[in-house]
Amino acid sequence: MEQKQCSCCKSHQGTSGGYSEVIRSFERKPGNLIPALHAVQAAAGYLSEEAMLEVAEWLNVPVSDVYGTATFYTLFATKPKGKYIVRLCDSPPCHIEGSNTIMAAITEELGIKPGETTEDGNFTFEIVSCLGLCGVAPAIMVNEDVYGNLSPEMIGDIFLKYRKKES
Amino acid sequence: MPFYRAHVLVCNGTPCILKGSRAVQTALVDEIKKKGLENEIKVVETGCLGISEVGPVMVVYPEGITYCGVTVNDVPTIVEEHLLKGRVVERLVYKERTASHVSAAAASRSREQRVVLKNVGSIDPTSIEEYIAVGGYEAMGKALTQMTPLEVIKAVKDSGLRGRGGAAFPTGLKWELTADAPGENKTIVCNADEGEPGNFKDRLILEGDPHSIVEAMIIAGYAIGANKGYVYIRGEYHQSVSHLERAIAVAREMELLGEDILGSRFNFDIEVFKGAGAYICGEETALLESLEGTRGESRMKPPYPPTSGLHGQPTVINNVETLANIPQIIANGAEWFASIGTEKSKGTKIFSPCGDVLYPGVYEVPFGTTMREVIYEMAGGIKSGKDLKAVLIGGPSGICISKEDLDRQFAFEDLPPGAGALIVIDEDKCIVDIMQNCAKFFLHESCGQCVPCREGTKRLYELFTWWQGGAGSPGDLALAQSLGDVMSVSAKCGLGQFAATAFRTSLPLFEEEYRAHVVDRVCPSGVCKMNNGCESEVV
Repeated sequence: MEQKQCSCCKSHQGTSGGYSEVIRSFERKPGNLIPALHAVQAAAGYLSEEAMLEVAEWLNVPVSDVYGTATFYTLFATKPKGKYIVRLCDSPPCHIEGSNTIMAAITEELGIKPGETTEDGNFTFEIVSCLGLCGVAPAIMVNEDVYGNLSPEMIGDIFLKYRKKES
Repeated sequence: MPFYRAHVLVCNGTPCILKGSRAVQTALVDEIKKKGLENEIKVVETGCLGISEVGPVMVVYPEGITYCGVTVNDVPTIVEEHLLKGRVVERLVYKERTASHVSAAAASRSREQRVVLKNVGSIDPTSIEEYIAVGGYEAMGKALTQMTPLEVIKAVKDSGLRGRGGAAFPTGLKWELTADAPGENKTIVCNADEGEPGNFKDRLILEGDPHSIVEAMIIAGYAIGANKGYVYIRGEYHQSVSHLERAIAVAREMELLGEDILGSRFNFDIEVFKGAGAYICGEETALLESLEGTRGESRMKPPYPPTSGLHGQPTVINNVETLANIPQIIANGAEWFASIGTEKSKGTKIFSPCGDVLYPGVYEVPFGTTMREVIYEMAGGIKSGKDLKAVLIGGPSGICISKEDLDRQFAFEDLPPGAGALIVIDEDKCIVDIMQNCAKFFLHESCGQCVPCREGTKRLYELFTWWQGGAGSPGDLALAQSLGDVMSVSAKCGLGQFAATAFRTSLPLFEEEYRAHVVDRVCPSGVCKMNNGCESEVV
């Protein structure tokens, strides 16, 4: 976790200037840990070691607890991630409807396996538990955008949209 | 307030959004402006209208004409013909279920009875005025000005309402225990951490009728003597969070939240707390840990939350659907509520059939409805005319049943509904593959705190994976069964206790298929690779 500046994307203001103010906007009580981590991640893209140290000090929570909490929850990232996080649900309803074929299509489209980030830093691919989109299974989320009733052929078009934005 | 001669309700349920309802809505607003009708016709964004398989869907009032499969290109025609000239665009009219009212449209499909979902799809969830116009906040007014807290609790007890999150604890009793417990800072928590695969009903309530939850929490707070409420909501539910936060902000502006509500001297406020992606936080004591800012690891029980919950204070934790019943009970009376359902199971239950059904979705029916009615009459039966193999009731942590049980009734005394998920599996699927997938879910979601769950979920996953790869041994079935039995009695919380339930209940039903995998090393459905464990995933 030596990386101070998130190299993966321009919009991440991954230096202390980006999140210090965010942290200081919270009332100094331990109960604010999860909301503070959400806010830091929204501002900096991920939870760096420096950021977690600062949160620990401000909220008066042991550093070990901050790290323990940050690594417990799947929505928190302690390493830089891609600009777009692709979350594929592989819980039973999506599994039954063929999420494995979607996984293969995404792997082929992005050239990365689940858990990896593309070299250009644009996409991180994750397999996750239920997204609550079982009515439109199989489903993925790209950041906050929802895509459902997917078939492998639809994957190319979905990513084309994001690639266009980045080019 | 302007008076509109027509309202167009545009469905913003997830399936319709996926089919482009947002673009249709934008085009509609633009087109109406272009024709100078913006002061005559109002476009309203609603929650799911219940017929999303033919989306994008919109309904034009006062006529109550439902249009389906509307594209951006159809918008000028609808505006020109229907809204301007009053001529219905026949080719887009939803024929199967034309009805004068949207919820009636959904109901005509079936025996659906909407109590909890009565406003979803028929009002604009972002408008408190519309909620009030259909009787919203009347129950709160009645409770705060005409009833004592004890009377409110009595009404909830008399109604027979039981928790809808899966555990089915009597709600009134929970409130009473909390009200009676000593403590200065009591709290009401709404559990909106809907994480069980197959469940998406709470999302629909939060997105389609957020004020009903705000109102219910105020009533609950008044009844138990709490001045603070939290809604613990999944971090992935972005639209639910924004609709609820907006509802709370507007309720505060209108002084329905805050100090001295309606001059009753009762103070109450609500905070939305976003989860961060952990299934275990749906377990109430893990949820409390998370609310306190730590890892969501479940607590030793007893003490139970009604005596020692958030920060050691008496706390009520209710599921979203449970709470959404409360305003109805207070407004219409306990007797009315108790008249719905069966003798021992009162009210309605929301089911979310998904998987291999034709129309996955959310359906609210009175208790006593059979599974056949929900799956075949409402959800359209099995896709591609296949036969039903199994259903996971409540999700992976629920029980597995076969088609022999289709005519059983959903009721606590017959077939307990769990949280309402119905994961429907057709004849082509392999039971071992499904169980392996369920086991992977629990392995990933176990918090790792207690040994039976941490190790048990891992071993179950390994066993199923071996069976799928043709590497099982004849003693494995008994081994897995006894492991499941041990987990069910020794795990610290529900996650571990129920992680093997689906397997344990499916074993007697599909023993032959399990034996084929383990003993003969053959997958009758041809799903498993049976490659002697090669290429199996390592987790």
